Amino acid sequence: MIKLTGVSKHFGSHQALKNIDLEVPAGQKLVVIGPSGSGKSTLIRCMNMLEKPSAGQVIVDGVDLTAHRAPIAKVRQSVAMVFQQFNLYPHKTVLENLTLAPIVVRGVSKDEATETALQYLERVGLSEKKDKYPAQLSGGQQQRVAIARALNMHPKIMLFDEPTSALDPEMIQEVLEVIVGLADSGITMVVVTHEMGFAKEAADRVIFIDEGEILEDGTPIHFFENPQHDRTKLFLSKILR
Amino acid sequence: MSEFFASIGFLQEGPFAVPRWEALFEKGMDTLWQGAATTLLVASLGLALALVLGIVIGVMSASHWRIPRAFARGYVEFFQNTPLLIQVFMLYNALPLLFEGLFLPVVTIGILGVGMYHGAYIAEVVRAGIQSIGRGQLEAALSQGFGYVGAMRYIVVPQAMRIVLPPMTNQAVSLIKNTSVIAIIAGGDLMYAGDSFAGRFGHYGPTYVMVGLIYFLMCFPLAILARRLEERLRAD
Repeated sequence: MIKLTGVSKHFGSHQALKNIDLEVPAGQKLVVIGPSGSGKSTLIRCMNMLEKPSAGQVIVDGVDLTAHRAPIAKVRQSVAMVFQQFNLYPHKTVLENLTLAPIVVRGVSKDEATETALQYLERVGLSEKKDKYPAQLSGGQQQRVAIARALNMHPKIMLFDEPTSALDPEMIQEVLEVIVGLADSGITMVVVTHEMGFAKEAADRVIFIDEGEILEDGTPIHFFENPQHDRTKLFLSKILR
Repeated sequence: MSEFFASIGFLQEGPFAVPRWEALFEKGMDTLWQGAATTLLVASLGLALALVLGIVIGVMSASHWRIPRAFARGYVEFFQNTPLLIQVFMLYNALPLLFEGLFLPVVTIGILGVGMYHGAYIAEVVRAGIQSIGRGQLEAALSQGFGYVGAMRYIVVPQAMRIVLPPMTNQAVSLIKNTSVIAIIAGGDLMYAGDSFAGRFGHYGPTYVMVGLIYFLMCFPLAILARRLEERLRAD
């Protein structure tokens, strides 16, 4: 579903990603873990070309996004992203946040977009907030709306870029529960997170990335109980204390 | 009472003498109102043009596309750094030479003149507004499959417009006043009507006071609106 081959990314003299090879099969729930500045956000942002790789190839759903004149916008319609800062549209109501792109970008009728939007709002437990504006919601509620907005594009792939990092501690759980609830959906998911409990519970596969390289790649059990690299052990010892 | 007025010297003789005021009210006001109507026409269509140009060019100069951005910069610098008076003069005198026989009606020249000139200023206001909207908004829109133009149209520009509404309204005020430059090409506007009435009878004093007052009546409500919008924005 997602295939990265030899992907590198430079920001000036800093190299954020070093020759990454990674293949994510359809339906997999991949969790990406790593210290801050390790390149994990850059990695996930290369998957929908919000960052353009300096070198290498990104193939998503059979389309080479790094090719000249690749239909990036078209592919993005089925690759939803949930951001650390939610990035809801503040000038639109909750319901409009969910229906705008389906109507404008995918050409879905307003009635249909609204109907599915209400289903997804129900699913994230926020039906009664449909006419509110994002600023009227808590952080956790905003992020749940952002997830519902992503779902209303009926994506094949969902990318979560540190979805709980900007939340107050008491709101992290409500958002994680929604994401865990999606794990049975068949959607391919890539989740960058610091939530180790989530990784253990929901992931099929965990990769650990540091200094732009993938150091560990395997099941959650492999990652937590049998890490290969000293840097992974050091990271885990700090985080699992 | 009349003795009191008789004691005020400048009402007896000179540019503001009472007979001149009487002449203005008897013979001049129709001309001025007609001119004011033309001014309103030029200002409203000019403002519409300025808004369209300002938004398009503002979006271009905030974009990452090199050629549109360079064009937008050139446009803004040209129109901001040459006098409107000369731009209007060129539209009137040079256009027919460049394109043979292209004599535009003076009202059209007025609309184009203030529209393009204030379009440049509004473009700068719009650009600043766009750049004040967090990058996350553009990224969220792009991630949903919007193209750059669609993301601007549905997500970024509507948010930017709310912020730039007060400075934009101030632009509308100066646009109204700047329509007065078409007086030099016999534009039939309020300034021209004032000039021609004043020139014909020599009643410059009362005429220009009245012309100024009418401009004030057109602009002041907008200035109030700008302040209201600004207060509302601060309240949010």
